[in-house]
Amino acid sequence: MCFLRVAAVPVFIALSAFTAGVAGQSNALAADAGKGKTAYIQYGCWQCHDFAGEGSVATSRGTVIARTALALDAFKSFVRTSNGEMPPYRPAVISDDALDDIYAYLQTLPQPKAASDIPLLNGVRSQ
Amino acid sequence: MPARDSSPKLNRRKFLATAAVAGATGVVSPVKAATPSAPGTQPRLPSALPPNAYVAANETGTPHMPETETGRPGSDFMVDVIKTLDIKYLPANPAASYRGLHESLIDYGKNTMPEFLTCMHEESAVGMCHGYFKATGKPIMTLVHGVVGLQHATMAVYNAWCDRVPVLIIGGNDLDAAHRPPLVPTFHSAQDINAIVRDYTKWDDTPVSSQHFAQSFVRMYKIATTPPYGPVAMSLDGGLQNEPIRDRGEPLYIPKFFAAAPPQGDDAAVREAARLLANAEHPVIVVDRVARTAEGVKLLVELAELLQAPVVDQGGRMNFPNTHYLSRPASVVSQADVVIGMELSDYWGTVNGFLDNGDDGFGQNFSKIKPGTKLISISSVDLLTKSNYQDFQRFQSIDISMPGDAEATLPSLIEAVKSAIPNDRKDAMAKRGDAIRQAHAKGLESTKQAAAVAWDASPINTARLVTELYTQIKGFDWSLVSTSGNTSGWANRLWPMEQHHQWLGSSGGYGVGYGAPASVGAALGNRDLGRFSVSIQSDGDLMFAPGVLWTAARHKIPLLAVMHNNRGYHQELMHVQRFASFRDRVVNTGNDLGPIGTSIMNPDIQYHELAKSMGWWAKGPIVDPADLGPAIKEAVNVVKSGQPAVVNVMTQPR
Repeated sequence: MCFLRVAAVPVFIALSAFTAGVAGQSNALAADAGKGKTAYIQYGCWQCHDFAGEGSVATSRGTVIARTALALDAFKSFVRTSNGEMPPYRPAVISDDALDDIYAYLQTLPQPKAASDIPLLNGVRSQ
Repeated sequence: MPARDSSPKLNRRKFLATAAVAGATGVVSPVKAATPSAPGTQPRLPSALPPNAYVAANETGTPHMPETETGRPGSDFMVDVIKTLDIKYLPANPAASYRGLHESLIDYGKNTMPEFLTCMHEESAVGMCHGYFKATGKPIMTLVHGVVGLQHATMAVYNAWCDRVPVLIIGGNDLDAAHRPPLVPTFHSAQDINAIVRDYTKWDDTPVSSQHFAQSFVRMYKIATTPPYGPVAMSLDGGLQNEPIRDRGEPLYIPKFFAAAPPQGDDAAVREAARLLANAEHPVIVVDRVARTAEGVKLLVELAELLQAPVVDQGGRMNFPNTHYLSRPASVVSQADVVIGMELSDYWGTVNGFLDNGDDGFGQNFSKIKPGTKLISISSVDLLTKSNYQDFQRFQSIDISMPGDAEATLPSLIEAVKSAIPNDRKDAMAKRGDAIRQAHAKGLESTKQAAAVAWDASPINTARLVTELYTQIKGFDWSLVSTSGNTSGWANRLWPMEQHHQWLGSSGGYGVGYGAPASVGAALGNRDLGRFSVSIQSDGDLMFAPGVLWTAARHKIPLLAVMHNNRGYHQELMHVQRFASFRDRVVNTGNDLGPIGTSIMNPDIQYHELAKSMGWWAKGPIVDPADLGPAIKEAVNVVKSGQPAVVNVMTQPR
């Protein structure tokens, strides 16, 4: 799934106008969403966040990481230093490049539909 | 250990005793017959003499069968006793140690009240009893082999204990070591078979006469069905089952059962609790197993509306309608100044948190409530705490603690609250209710939007799984009979649950292997009540004892099971992954997706084929979410015809 590398470049070029000098930016430019998908599975992200990054109230407090709104550095900082239910993933376990790739992969995941646009969800409990 | 027979007839025990004496005589007589000889002149005797013909026959031949008993066997009377208690079913795996009672049940008792249902594992049998009770409110019984059968059953008994569910268990045993058959039946006998379940049963006994059985069976029924409910056990001697009924000069009788009134909270404590609740700024009601009956739901709604207080339903039972505007998530305890917890499994865990982050090897504890928050408890379990197993959880200091049944206490609490509400607080309470109503509506909107994320994903999103399922069953009087299979609580969050039987709670003790048998047991009860049973069946749970699928097909128990097939023991998978990360190691997954030892793949289990082989209608594996709705629709039609059906769905982890 290397298409994202191409797609991601203009995104991050545009972003760089606002984040010049932010550490990790050069890595982001080289990120590969295809490799990111592989790393997402290899390093077990899917276990708590599901394969599509939708998460679960049972395993990740319902946090959706698909298309995470966190900036890359904030994302990486959290992954590196988390001391909550999610353990820290330090460089001995996962490289900076792999985190860049995972971040790129998460940005490729589809935008959720509005619940109101899903007919079946209109048929569940109303109150 | 029945009392000795004074009858002149030769019964089984006297026959065996006589044979034993004769055998002993046979062994010693050749030695006595030897003629003394002068030392050195007589050939040395071998250390073991060859057996004579009698001994050889006893050691190598087939034992003689005892003469036929005359008169009705004691097990017929036991059936008479059992029939007085309106016990409809008896799921069990057959065993020699209760063969006498088994025969009486199906022949003398005509296999009705109770009807024997063939099970393939004792754990399944107890699990079925567990599920049946929660669907119907009526206990049923099981029979188990004394040693190995009860060993098989133990985890399910523990679940019933933790879930406060009455299950009547009779274990066959043969106490008479001198006369019981050798080898296998002796391996399967013990001095005290009940010892293995004593720590997690309310009561057990070993009757030694038919009359004793009658008293003990009615007693065990009464104890099991008095709150707090719980499983009970009886060791039933094989000899007692088989010996003829004798009245020993007094006619046998069957004690009449009268249900006990449930224990209630102390009046003064109820009044003080009501005063605190009525004057609180932010009272919160937390419930786990309050509603033993549908009436309990109504009472809880009345209390909540009276106080305009949010209700956190922890889901041990369906206590409070999730469609009611006062239904709120657990996080609301952080705002409380008074919390009333009713029939909570874990009060400490309700008002405290534990973060399992490996700090110092222990994790971190923190409070979820404000300092000074007053805590009130009503719990029948306070009346029944044992020592060994830790189901009582961490100790929590409580300001007002009422050992008593919450549902039975609710009427007096409601009246006390009515009296305690100051007139000048009624407007404030109404405003509080309005704010909660808005928060409830907003919460529902967020929940639906969360369900929409990854709606079209494959493997299939669990929110979509339960929504597709609900779409097909919502026109029926449905009952979700499983624990929802670790699907992130989506069913409880998205399905309108308003009636007591729509949600039956979980296993209690979290012993995996509960879901499938409890679902079948509940579906059995629902079948007779005209309800449509549906389960979300997790893969690992099913494989502990999949033979229960055959039981459902054999006894025509309609159940729609939808597999949550995430191909792993997912909880454990995450534990190992997290520990590896805490320790700065890349976890070893072998050739699987999850850490070695936690995946159920390579090969993937074809659950639909497994179910088909045992008589179920089945379809799968469903991978494309677009195929899911039509597959479930087909399955629904099969279930409506009275058969079980399963749809095997490849799902996201949670």
